[in-house]
Amino acid sequence: MSFFHVKSMSVRYGGIRAVRDVDIKVNEGETVALIGANGAGKSSTLNAIAGLLEHTGDVYFDGANLTAQPVFARVKCGISLVPEGRGVFGRLTVEENLLMGAYLGSSQQDQDADLHKMFEFFPRLKERRRQTGGTLSGGEQQMLAIGRALMARPKLLLLDEPSMGLAPIMVEKIFEVIRGVSKTGVTILLVEQNARLALESSQRAYVMESGELSMTGESRSLLQSPKVRAAYLGES
Amino acid sequence: MRLIAQQLLKKITSNKKALLLGYVLLFVALAVLPFLLSNTVGRTWVRILDFALIYAMLALGLNIVVGFAGLLDLGYIAFYAVGAYTWALLASPQFGLHLPFWAILPIGAGVAAIFGVLLGAPTLRLRGDYLAIVTLGFGEIIRIFLNNLDHPINVTNGPIGINKIDPISIGGVDLTRTHEWFGISFSGVHIYYYLLLALLIFTIVMCVRLENSRIGRAWLAIREDELAAQAMGINTRNIKLLAFALGATFGGVAGGLFASLQGFVSPESFGLLESIMVLCMVVLGGMGHVYGVLLGALLLSVLPEILRSTASPIQRAVFGDVYIDPEALRMLLFGLALIVVMLVRPTGLWPAPRRRTILDQDVDRD
Repeated sequence: MSFFHVKSMSVRYGGIRAVRDVDIKVNEGETVALIGANGAGKSSTLNAIAGLLEHTGDVYFDGANLTAQPVFARVKCGISLVPEGRGVFGRLTVEENLLMGAYLGSSQQDQDADLHKMFEFFPRLKERRRQTGGTLSGGEQQMLAIGRALMARPKLLLLDEPSMGLAPIMVEKIFEVIRGVSKTGVTILLVEQNARLALESSQRAYVMESGELSMTGESRSLLQSPKVRAAYLGES
Repeated sequence: MRLIAQQLLKKITSNKKALLLGYVLLFVALAVLPFLLSNTVGRTWVRILDFALIYAMLALGLNIVVGFAGLLDLGYIAFYAVGAYTWALLASPQFGLHLPFWAILPIGAGVAAIFGVLLGAPTLRLRGDYLAIVTLGFGEIIRIFLNNLDHPINVTNGPIGINKIDPISIGGVDLTRTHEWFGISFSGVHIYYYLLLALLIFTIVMCVRLENSRIGRAWLAIREDELAAQAMGINTRNIKLLAFALGATFGGVAGGLFASLQGFVSPESFGLLESIMVLCMVVLGGMGHVYGVLLGALLLSVLPEILRSTASPIQRAVFGDVYIDPEALRMLLFGLALIVVMLVRPTGLWPAPRRRTILDQDVDRD
C-alpha cells in the first residue's frame, strides 16, 4: 500500500461534480504535481484531501483511513495545506503566523527549535519577524505560508498554486524553496498552473481536465509528451 | 506630542518600582472613589458607578464575541437577561427559592453559557450581516419569551416582572444594608461597588489572559481567514462555540448582579436598544482591546448620567427655561458623539495596539 492514496474521490458543489473519481497515489519522499487548466478541479481536489471540502471516495495516509476525519484530525496526522492565495493572517506578526502553524501543539522547546529552523530556512522572514503578515510582499507571504505549514511538522505538504500572482523571479525563488523542502524528506503534492515549473520540480505528475484525471506519468516524460506540450506548455 | 507621551509611558512601564507605585495609587483611588462621590455629589452617583461596573463587565463579555472572535452579535443582551432571570427565579419569593450567592453565581453563569452554545450552534456557518440578523432575532425571542411566560404556567410573571429579589449576602452579611466596619459606615451601594469592582478586575484579568492565549490567537486567526485557520488544525466549530459560551457567561454573571442590585427584573430592561448600547461601548472604546472597551463602557454609562443631571440646570441658567428635554438631548448628543468618533477615530477611542499598527502602516504606504 502506498504512503498516500486517494481512491475514486469526487467532490460536488450542489449539483455539479467538480471532481470525478480521481485516483492519486504519492510515495513517501516524492514530489508529485497536479497540473491542469483553470477550473479543472485541481484546487478542489487538494482542499478535499485537506478535509476542507466534503467528498466521497477514500483517503488513505500513512496506513490510516482518513476519509471520515475532519480537517484538524488530518493536520494532526501530518497533512498540511498551504492554501491558494496564501491565507496569511494579515494582522498577526510573521512570528505569530509561524506559531499558528504549530497550533496543534508540539512542546514549547520544539516550537522554538522549529521557529529557529524556519528563520534559518527563510532569512527574509527573520528580518521581518515583528512585522504584521499583511505588510509583506506577495513572495514573502508565500514563504510565510509555506513556513507556517512546515511548523506543523507535516509528512505530506499540500501546495495550492504557490506561484499565483508572483513576479517571475519570485516564482523561481519559491520553487527553489519547494525543492529545498523536498530535500528535507517531506512528501509534496503540488497543484500548479505553471505546468513547466511544476513538471521540472516534481518526479511524477497527474494531468487534470474538467474534473477528471486525463494523464499520468513521470514528469520528465510528460514534459516531452506532445499533448502536454500543446495544451499546457504553450507549444504547438 | 504623541511620541513624548509614548516615551514617558515606556519609561514608567519599564521601571518596575514606578509601575508598582502606579498600581497602588490606582488601587487607593478606586477604593476611596465611592466615599469621595457620596460625600460630594451624593450617594446616587455611587449607584450609577455600580451600574457602570456592570456595564463594563457586560461589554467585556461582548468583546470576546465581537472583538476577539469577530462574530457580530446583536442579541447579546439576551444572555444578560438569562443571567438576570436565573438569579431572580432562584432567589426570590417567585418560587420560594432563596439560594445563596455562591450557588447562584455559577448556576447563572452556566445557564447563560448553555444559551450561548444554543445560539452559537445553529449560526456557525454564518458571518457578518447574516449572523447579526440571526442574533438579533435570538435576542428578541428571549425577551418575548420572558414577556409571555406567565401562562399557561407562570414562570416569569410576564411583563410585570419579578420583584423582591434577594440581596446578595456573603457569610450571613446582607450586602444591601449599612454596616459599620473599622469605624467607617459602609452603605449597600458602597459594598456592592467593591464586590462589582472585584468581579470586574477578575473579568479583566480573564480577558487579557484569554487574548494572549492559544485560544485568543485561534480567535484572531478565524477572524482573519477562516479557511486558513482551519488549515492550521484549529477546530473552528468548537473555538467559535467557546467564544459564544464565554461571552455569554460574562453576560450572565453581569445580569445576575444587575438583578440583585436592582432587586427587580422585567423584560423591558432587555430590549434591542440595550444590545446596541453595549455594542456601542465595545465599538466606541476600541473593538478587541480590553482597556479600550472598558473605557467605552465607563464613558457611555457615566456621561449620559452627568448630562441628565446637568442639562436642565444649565438650560435654566442660560435661557431661563428648559427648552429641550434632557432625555431627548441625551440621545441627540449620544448619536452625534458616535458619528464624530467613528469619523475621527474609526478604530475606537483606544484601539488595540495591533489594529493601530496596521492602520499606521497603511498610512505609511499611501
